Amino acid sequence: MPIEVNGKTFETDEEGYLSDINAWEPGVAEVMSKEDDLELTDEHWDIINYLRDYYEEYQIAPAVRVLTKAVGKKFGKDKGNSKYLYGLFPYGPAKQACRYAGLPKPTGCV
Amino acid sequence: MSETIKNFLYLNRKAPYGTIYAWESLEVVLIGAAFDQDVSLAFVDDGVYQLTKGQDTAGIGMKNFSPTYAALGDYEVKKIFVEQESLDERGLTLDDLQHLVWEDEDEDYAEKDSIKLVSRAEMAAIMDDADVVFSF
Repeated sequence: MPIEVNGKTFETDEEGYLSDINAWEPGVAEVMSKEDDLELTDEHWDIINYLRDYYEEYQIAPAVRVLTKAVGKKFGKDKGNSKYLYGLFPYGPAKQACRYAGLPKPTGCV
Repeated sequence: MSETIKNFLYLNRKAPYGTIYAWESLEVVLIGAAFDQDVSLAFVDDGVYQLTKGQDTAGIGMKNFSPTYAALGDYEVKKIFVEQESLDERGLTLDDLQHLVWEDEDEDYAEKDSIKLVSRAEMAAIMDDADVVFSF
């Protein structure tokens, strides 16, 4: 189902992931999170931006385990655990955060 | 959790583009690495081209997935064996390949080389030692 962001239409696949990663803009995450009744904080944006950087560099979305480890290294050991990440993204950091970031569903994420 | 960890060897023999084998192999490796298995990769024959630096796929209209090999270290894939003879036969050296590393958390994230050049005889032994060989 396409989503509307600031008057623009963004195509998504049947699971709600953006069809064109390059079309993404921050407003996409805002609209998607509103639909989930989630308010995005700086902590959420840290993860979303990290995912976009990771995709830019490696051309894949990281698996949860990889993301967890990387977050611990980058943002502090206290944040490098799934409890922290699920606290931010209750539907799962890979699924929900990747979707907000405009990335495809992570490889190996079923 | 009494399951025995098996040694999985992913054997890559084909050039990166033209067939889907290389990309499929890499995807399976990334998925498999999410489970606790002992994963190694082997590159022989035209498979060594998969690891070359500076790939440009603009002319063939395919996604250049070579940057993804650099993520293998994040997935705890630390053993990447490249056959020396296959490089020699194609006029390639280690310098033509991406510098793939993994970070050792126990040593303050020190970067360690993932690629190991092995002879054809050593490669045969590596295949022999693997519990499971996936050939792509």
